[in-house]
Amino acid sequence: MSLRIVVCVKYVPDATGDRHFADDLTVDRDDVDGLLSELDEYAVEQALQIADDFDGDGDAEITVLTVGPEDAKDALRKALSMGADKAVHVEDDDLHGTDVMGTSLVLAKAIEKTGYDLVICGMASTDGTMGVLPAILAERLGVPQVTLLSEVSVEDGTVKGRRDGDTASELLEASLPAVVSVTDQSGEARYPSFKGIMAAKKKPVQSLDLEDLEIDADEVGLAGAWTAVDSAAERPARTAGTIVKDEGEGGKRLAEFLASQKFI
Amino acid sequence: MAEVLVYVDHVDGAVRKPTLELLTLARRIGEPVAVALGAGAGDTVPALAEHGAVRVLTADAPEFADYLVVPKVDAVQAAYDAVSPAAVLFPSSAEGKEVAARLAVRTGSGLITDAIDVEAGEGGPVATQSVFAAAFTTRSRVSRGVPVITVKPNSAPVEPAPAAGAVEALSVTFGEKSTGTKVVSRTPRTSTGRPELTEAAIVVSGGRGVNGAENFAIIEALADSLGAAVGASRAAVDAGWYPHASQVGQTGKSVSPQLYIASGISGAIQHRAGMQTSKTIVAVNKDAEAPIFDLVDYGVVGDLFEVVPQLTEEIKTRKG
Ligand SMILES: Cc1cc2nc3c(=O)[nH]c(=O)nc-3n(C[C@H](O)[C@H](O)[C@H](O)COP(=O)(O)OP(=O)(O)OC[C@H]3O[C@@H](n4cnc5c(N)ncnc54)[C@H](O)[C@@H]3O)c2cc1C
Ligand SMILES: Nc1ncnc2c1ncn2[C@@H]1O[C@H](COP(=O)(O)O)[C@@H](O)[C@H]1O
Repeated sequence: MSLRIVVCVKYVPDATGDRHFADDLTVDRDDVDGLLSELDEYAVEQALQIADDFDGDGDAEITVLTVGPEDAKDALRKALSMGADKAVHVEDDDLHGTDVMGTSLVLAKAIEKTGYDLVICGMASTDGTMGVLPAILAERLGVPQVTLLSEVSVEDGTVKGRRDGDTASELLEASLPAVVSVTDQSGEARYPSFKGIMAAKKKPVQSLDLEDLEIDADEVGLAGAWTAVDSAAERPARTAGTIVKDEGEGGKRLAEFLASQKFI
Repeated sequence: MAEVLVYVDHVDGAVRKPTLELLTLARRIGEPVAVALGAGAGDTVPALAEHGAVRVLTADAPEFADYLVVPKVDAVQAAYDAVSPAAVLFPSSAEGKEVAARLAVRTGSGLITDAIDVEAGEGGPVATQSVFAAAFTTRSRVSRGVPVITVKPNSAPVEPAPAAGAVEALSVTFGEKSTGTKVVSRTPRTSTGRPELTEAAIVVSGGRGVNGAENFAIIEALADSLGAAVGASRAAVDAGWYPHASQVGQTGKSVSPQLYIASGISGAIQHRAGMQTSKTIVAVNKDAEAPIFDLVDYGVVGDLFEVVPQLTEEIKTRKG
């Protein structure tokens, strides 16, 4: 028996950098350092744990998959150095400006081509923060979605997990193949070890383009997007507020401010 | 006039506030037709009619509770086919977003998530979004298919606008994929008795500076003096001092209250992402260099264990 896990990881501009838009209103990926989306590290971590638990029963193999520019290889390397076995990088100039519908199409085709029993995603990308791609992938692949899990396990061809929602906490269950997404409550992601970093350099990274996936260029990219951004404006800086140092009366002065703003 | 489908978020028939806000936005684009699913769907009708729903399509079946998301997608798709709407609006809850996303794929429609405003435009609805941790405001349109838009809480006022609210039973045929993910058990969250974090007019949050679960009583006392909801930073949640359901920020709740009071919170970008659009921001922090002070309308540099209880006392005195 084997368990083929595909982890979808995104390469994103560093949130602590000065993120902004390019002239064509796509996310500027040139001026800000990129990295593996922190929220996808949790997906890699859960894949590693599931593979570890499985290993007595047969072979588990973890493929990390990204759709992104040349530099997105960095995200794959990081995931490989954490312990994933191999990587697939979908890269094509025609992908520039692709929206979630296009990205999900490309990912679905790449996942099918790779072969899978379990797809694991992060809860949301830290740049787009839509948090919908896993559900769309499940729809496209025609397999169960088991999303937003704070706990996950796989046993006898069944994936189980806990979804802590707004109004209730649910225990979920589905048969493989399935698409899973995990939250940042699922457990700290490991740091790559020195050995892991060295080993990652020798792990295979397969490159695919749109032709390999039999996707027409007009189905993706800025022109193929189903949504259009008309304008992006920097939020005006908040006007400088009043800052006081507490010298025994800080609480009272704050109350005065709140009263002046009619909150009391 | 064109009809606009509005997905109803309710708990056993009690309509949640963000849905009423959606009705306000839907009325700008056309005539709201609400879709209410699951146990208590029929009980949602009076509130929906009161806020502008011309029709309410209801359906109940065990599938909605027993299986995740997909049965609801099947139902909304049935409503979509029956109505031919000009747009479909969903609340930006986890479930609302996932149902919206799958509906959009099925109907070949563009999807916009987490809008903070929706207006009628020449080429269809225009959605405003706040992106990159609220550093930018964008305006977007759906360029293909029927716009499917999810909207964050507190994005529009709740306005009474009585309408017919004619109830119609929606007939739904569940697809073979609808039973793929079984909900084995469901434990409802116990209410804190305080306002919902995302709906509250005032949010009082504590961070690592609160330094212990027991000390959150100080934050709660301030919240209660103002009738506010309680929030927490991820550092406080990760330390186990406060439940994750109260986390404010990128991977927690995004709030946009009239007043946000942060105590012992440094103001990391991921925290700001969830509170930066608050109308008035106040902070108490002993470090004058904390980035949270860049956001504040009023800040006190001081020890929260001194400042917060004094503030609470003063509020109580003033309120009498
Ligand atoms: C992918 C990702 C997602 C994240 N999502 C979130 C999120 O959703 N929400 C979130 O909050 N964070 C999130 N974070 C974490 C975030 O980066 C910060 O680590 C976190 O917000 C810090 O919490 P804090 O401000 O409470 O703690 P700290 O940064 O440690 O700040 C504590 C502050 O308390 C002050 N203080 C200490 N003692 C006192 C006292 N007695 N009186 C007054 N002030 C005092 C200190 O001066 C300090 O400024 C995320 C991080 C990542 C990578
Ligand atoms: N370009 C991409 N390449 C690989 N995985 C992605 C990509 N975009 C999104 N994902 C996956 O989908 C999840 C949710 O993304 P989103 O819906 O964009 O917030 C992420 O955490 C990733 O696991």
